[in-house]
Amino acid sequence: MSEQLLELKNIKKGFGETDVLNGITLSIEKGEFITFLGASGCGKTTTLRIIAGLETPDSGRVFLDGKDVTSVPPNQRDVNTVFQNYALFPHMNVEANVGYGLKIKRVPKAEIKKKVAEILELVQLTGYEKRMPSELSGGQKQRVAIARALVNSPKLLLLDEPLGALDLKLRRTMQIELKRLQKKLGITFLYITHDQEEAINMSDRIVVMKDGRFEQIGTPDEIYNHPKTSYVADFVGNANVISGVVQKVTETEAQVLIENQMMYAEPITGICEGMKVNLAVRRENLKVCTECKEGLEAVLEDKSFTAGQLHLTLKLKSGKTLVSCRYGMDADLKAGDKVCVGWKPEHAVFVDLE
Amino acid sequence: MKKKKSGLFLTVLPLYLFTLCFVVGPLLYMVALSFTTNGSGSSTIWNFTLENYKKIAEPVYLKSFVQSFQLAITSTLLIVLMGYPFGYFMAKLSAKWKKRMMLLIMVPFWTSSLIRMYGWILILQAKGVLNGFLMKLGLIEEPLKILYSYPAVVIGMVYALLPFMVLSVYSSVEKMDWSYVEAARDLGANSIKAFFTITFKLTLPGLLTGVILTFIPSMGLFFIADILGGNKIVLVGSVIQDQLTRGSNWPFAAALAVVLMLLTSLMMFVYRRVTHVKDLEGLF
Repeated sequence: MSEQLLELKNIKKGFGETDVLNGITLSIEKGEFITFLGASGCGKTTTLRIIAGLETPDSGRVFLDGKDVTSVPPNQRDVNTVFQNYALFPHMNVEANVGYGLKIKRVPKAEIKKKVAEILELVQLTGYEKRMPSELSGGQKQRVAIARALVNSPKLLLLDEPLGALDLKLRRTMQIELKRLQKKLGITFLYITHDQEEAINMSDRIVVMKDGRFEQIGTPDEIYNHPKTSYVADFVGNANVISGVVQKVTETEAQVLIENQMMYAEPITGICEGMKVNLAVRRENLKVCTECKEGLEAVLEDKSFTAGQLHLTLKLKSGKTLVSCRYGMDADLKAGDKVCVGWKPEHAVFVDLE
Repeated sequence: MKKKKSGLFLTVLPLYLFTLCFVVGPLLYMVALSFTTNGSGSSTIWNFTLENYKKIAEPVYLKSFVQSFQLAITSTLLIVLMGYPFGYFMAKLSAKWKKRMMLLIMVPFWTSSLIRMYGWILILQAKGVLNGFLMKLGLIEEPLKILYSYPAVVIGMVYALLPFMVLSVYSSVEKMDWSYVEAARDLGANSIKAFFTITFKLTLPGLLTGVILTFIPSMGLFFIADILGGNKIVLVGSVIQDQLTRGSNWPFAAALAVVLMLLTSLMMFVYRRVTHVKDLEGLF
């Protein structure tokens, strides 16, 4: 089952003076749903284009199904792409768009018709065969683009922010639909997004990218609950990152001095007394109380209510800002109140350890 | 609402007046003239007659129509074959080279086209630049007799009208969204197939516009045939000019012009029907 489908070996790529990819290495298994997550400009699209063959890496190699395809042109790779802007051929109707790949491969006409009908049924677009791309809505275009790629039964399907242009509700529906398609067809999906929710909802594994490097590769649970770097903690989990110095490590807890206050975290290997560390605590795990004495002293700067959650912006004595959130309104607190901030040891994660 | 409309009307009124005075008016006058009889000198007898149109059926004049169309079609075909690749590759140059190429294309327009045609005589004549060059290279022993022949006229036509094709293809290719080509490559098309199934189809409006921009003028550029073709090729344009000046038969010249206009319009009508082009870039 755990057969390797795609291998990237130390891929480097630069455009002009700027390095876009700084040597990335990754292997993807057959049938996996893997997501590249990162802010725009992190190199995720370039990686995808290199895998598709639309771009050649400066150095490094790409292996597909064991074969070195680094310099194989895109039309000779068993890889298909769903482009960010869909790139549906404007002069062809839905049927011709979807059947394009098969026609190029000289598949008999009757078979093309049959396969196109099947795949259109799968993406729930039966009856739209004769429509032109200009006559379709965003969601429909999206599904045509997916059908056009899937009909060729590629070994690997690349999706470049395919849901980026859709509204939130449609995006949710399409997420479920894509996942359903992927499970049904068993095709490996390599998905690109800057939306952490999307990544967490759909992926078997997530690759977090930053500045042309992989920050962390892992399951959604690993990425969300055990971020390795402060960037991942912040980007994926919206976590607060607080620095301090380790005072004492026992079997059950690690004591970390933060702003002259002893705080607690679950110990992990690799930390020792006197070490400067960063702790990541997600917003929902950052507790704020008015009476208790333990915890970091802070002043409530601002509170705002969005999406059913109360967001509290807190300023520590050092000037550092933390954000805590909880469900429901909390009328007791008002801006300017002095509070204590704390967390359960199991909710603090050591990040940025070498 | 009403006020707004009348305001709009007032702003376009000068345009209407201009078109009425300088396009519709002369055109109607020409059509009317074609049904009259030529008097002595350059006077016109205003009676209704079809004699002028009957006269066009005479072999001499029919031949000039056939020759005009032949020349226009030949030149347009050559211009398509040369202009499309030219415009295509120009659009793919870097921004810096695009500007330079554009300048090179525009420079000839700074001189009168008549003078440029006389320039071609210097190049094509028996002891001209071209023959001298070819003979020096040893490729030919006797000078080619190009000047005052059909090929010379075609060369002149292609030279005069090629820029219109190049520019119209260029603007079309320039606007192309290359992600379609990438999608085609991704779906298994090699670069040649991707070109013919995607790029060519999507830039076709530019090419078709170019065809119109070259075909219509090529029906009328009779001075090229006069200068480079000697008296061997007589185009409708030359006949019309002849009737207006030396022959001083204005009604007949008008009839010839009306028929030429109708035939050209018919060609364009058929052309648009065949190519299914609804929106020609910048035209119609």
